[in-house]
Amino acid sequence: MRPVFIIAAVWLSACAAFADITAEEVELRAHEVGKSLRCVVCQNQSIDESDAPLAADMRRLVRVQIADGKTNQEVIDFMRVQYGDYVLLKPPVQGNTLVLWLAPLGLVLLALGWPAISGRKRIDPQVEPLTSEEAGQLKKALKDENS
Amino acid sequence: MFAEFGHVALIIAFGVSLLQAGVPMVGAARTDSRLMAFGDRAAIAQFVLIAASFLALTMVFIASDFSVELAAKNSHSDKPMLYKITGVWGNHEGSMMLWITMLALFGALIPIFGKALPASLRARAVAVQAMVGAGFLGFILLTSNPFLRLDPAPINGLGLNPILQDPGLAFHPPFLYLGYVGFSVAFSFSVAALIEGRVDAIWARWLRPWVLLAWSFLTIGITLGSVWAYYELGWGGWWMWDPVENVSFMPWLAGTALLHSIMVLGTRHSMASWTVLLGISTFSLSLVGTFVVRSGVLVSVHAFAVDPSRGVVILALLMASTGGALTLYALRAGQLRGREPVSPVSREGGLAMNNLLLVAATATVFLGTFYPLFIDVISASQISVGKPYFDLTFAPIMLLLIVFMGAAPMLDWQGKNRVGLKRFLQQAAIIFISVSVLSAVIGKSVSAAIALGIAAYLAYGTFAAMAKKLRVGQVPAAHSLTLLRAQPAAVWGFCLAHLGVAVFTAAATIMTVWADEEISRVKVGESIETAGYTFTLLAINSGQRENYSFLSGEITARKDGKTVILKSERRFYPVREMLTTEAGFKYGGRATIFAAIGDGDAEKGFILRAYYHPFVIWIWIGALMMALAGFVSMFDKRLRGKGGES
Amino acid sequence: MKPAALLPLGVFLVLTGFFAFGLTKDPTQIKTQMTNRPVPNFTLSSLEDALVVHTQDDLRGRVSLVNVFGSWCAPCAIEHPNIVEIGKQDVVRLVGVNWRDDRAAGQDWLERLGDPYDIVLFDDLSLLAIGMGVTGAPESYIVDKSGVVRYKHVGIVTPQIWRDTLLPIVNDLKKSPI
Repeated sequence: MRPVFIIAAVWLSACAAFADITAEEVELRAHEVGKSLRCVVCQNQSIDESDAPLAADMRRLVRVQIADGKTNQEVIDFMRVQYGDYVLLKPPVQGNTLVLWLAPLGLVLLALGWPAISGRKRIDPQVEPLTSEEAGQLKKALKDENS
Repeated sequence: MFAEFGHVALIIAFGVSLLQAGVPMVGAARTDSRLMAFGDRAAIAQFVLIAASFLALTMVFIASDFSVELAAKNSHSDKPMLYKITGVWGNHEGSMMLWITMLALFGALIPIFGKALPASLRARAVAVQAMVGAGFLGFILLTSNPFLRLDPAPINGLGLNPILQDPGLAFHPPFLYLGYVGFSVAFSFSVAALIEGRVDAIWARWLRPWVLLAWSFLTIGITLGSVWAYYELGWGGWWMWDPVENVSFMPWLAGTALLHSIMVLGTRHSMASWTVLLGISTFSLSLVGTFVVRSGVLVSVHAFAVDPSRGVVILALLMASTGGALTLYALRAGQLRGREPVSPVSREGGLAMNNLLLVAATATVFLGTFYPLFIDVISASQISVGKPYFDLTFAPIMLLLIVFMGAAPMLDWQGKNRVGLKRFLQQAAIIFISVSVLSAVIGKSVSAAIALGIAAYLAYGTFAAMAKKLRVGQVPAAHSLTLLRAQPAAVWGFCLAHLGVAVFTAAATIMTVWADEEISRVKVGESIETAGYTFTLLAINSGQRENYSFLSGEITARKDGKTVILKSERRFYPVREMLTTEAGFKYGGRATIFAAIGDGDAEKGFILRAYYHPFVIWIWIGALMMALAGFVSMFDKRLRGKGGES
Repeated sequence: MKPAALLPLGVFLVLTGFFAFGLTKDPTQIKTQMTNRPVPNFTLSSLEDALVVHTQDDLRGRVSLVNVFGSWCAPCAIEHPNIVEIGKQDVVRLVGVNWRDDRAAGQDWLERLGDPYDIVLFDDLSLLAIGMGVTGAPESYIVDKSGVVRYKHVGIVTPQIWRDTLLPIVNDLKKSPI
């Protein structure tokens, strides 16, 4: 029961906080929300950055909803209902974005795991030094080399 | 007259490029030195012809000959001379001409600077260069001919896009293209190496300066683009993760990997087929960039001259060049010699890790850029991928990369000498932790504190690697000084570039955390506050100038008794039905402040946006340090010829 | 030949396939999320009279064609005669949404070009427009008798689009009991 109480208490205090939310907080959070919403009539700008009239109205609606006590996520969800995933600059983690979110992580793990993989695979290192003819060519090409 | 001359020169150049694509290839197969030598001459002739054609087009613009359709659409007789000239490449056809001129230039430089190269390698590279050139020449002649006449000729032109009438943007494309197209040399030599069935140190060492050259130009090009977007779009974004920005960034990332792997190949004979693959990929990503910008497959702030039918042709060119090269790679990669194993704890190990992480970063940018397209193609849904995604994926990969970047230069080739490594790591950890904790206390973000710590660590690692080379503390100071003077240019390049990355990382982090802005509707005389600055709207004027009407605002920014005046303007160009905002800037080393006015009227007030951007110019200084480092490294050979190294 | 060496080519071919398909799509066209969803709750004044209030309930009972327009919007002026024509046929309730406009300018515009609408909602702050996922003007929605959006058309409604696309949908919806 205890954790439930704590969650409930936190939730209630959060709601209380929203009730008398200051203008400054609204502004701050409206920027946060605005940066994550795409201006749907512009080309690849967030509503926070766009000069478009619709973006201005969306910004206003965001402020109104935040002042009404909605959480950032609720405001974002509201916009998502109207405009779809298209409006989210941060794509939600869901079925069709799994590759998008997991591939970078997979690639990094693959890169970090490389020393282990390559260490095992190379059993017979084939060292092929330059032949004397090649060494001559190299010398000719680059005059003087050592580093 | 000029138009016909340019057109004919272009047609002849196309013919020459076809010959250049075939004859030297046959010559190399038969070891016929005369046929191979033909390629050298053809490459130079091709450049002369295309340069003449480009010059002819420029003359059309200078002379304001509006009987040529391109000039009529994109120029105007009242325009300043500078913008008449830069207007040549401010449109699709002209920019393709610029692209092809540079491709031919690099093609001509191969025989001029590559005399010492094996004849067959050079011949094949020249031929491959011509194949790419022939494809683009055909594209220009058949679908994007810049020399088409207009009858009747209009009395005056339609003028250049006002947003393009700006020095930042006028010089952004030439640098960008020098970078994009410069990587064609790496492409041609990679394909030539696959045909030859071998790569070696000669190949790698000869090619490296060209990769550096292209990379440095691309760095400058991207930086100029970023600066331009910053002040022209007027809301203070220096990088928006816009598709068009991303496609210029991907060849840069791949090119960065290439210029490191080519070092390993040139010194240790390792990573041979990998380097060739990177050579192909880097230029291919440049082609992908061209495809995206001109085809309109992605929505972008910057796309111009979008036309899907052009996209089809560029895609076909991409298919032919990259598809052909990768088919060859599939067949021949196994034959490429030079397979010395790479030990993880060695300089080549660090460089290999650098390559893997850079490729992971490139793939991430690629995925983020094109994922909306993939989703659109395979399903009925639409998604957007914006800045928040890249902040969460790309940024951590780069920070991880910097962790390796700071330590790898401390290692020797083959990891022979690890003396002092442990002590370095201890000191580096102390630097990292203290800077991180300090920034976490001052700042408000943990991730930003880590990023600043990592930047400090990188700077320390770079200096430590220099100190190790100079044997500071092991030999008398005078000797260290002698060693300092004897360091080859590549070492200076390394030092400058890595410090540039540290500066860039720190500045970019500071910008994300401490930048501040305020937007409000104010009347004349009213003020808003941001980061300790008071922005007051002093006066509003409106009026009419040559080709636009304007609403200008005079804003004062005051802090600690000091006042600066910022002038912002909103301009409306009726001919193009285009509205632009000119923000008023005050640049500074510590902070840049600027203000922009938006719509409104005297009664309701005007929208005033005020911004405080700390250290933002250091982002570009860091980037330019990297570019400069590339140029410095290029002159390695000559410097080493003079100064004796121990 | 090592199989691994084929990997880059394979990846590249898949990518070019996507690019080729991508060329056939228009990325600036946003698909509507509103199809088969009820019109959101709203309270807006009428354009003619600021004191007359309309809500979502006014969109029920009859099949409606909701047309978004503004006096600032040039294509809307081109479209408007077609809407007037549709009004004359009297087959559907015409609801205008005067979007992001000045009340006087909107009234004046309708006076000049004719007012075919049964109801004109005044939405200067995009309250309904954002709720419906409007991205530009003109846009038109077909709403069924129960107030659910059934179809969205972006751009000008030409006589041909009305005849071939919109009217058949309207007629189908009129037949259904709800």
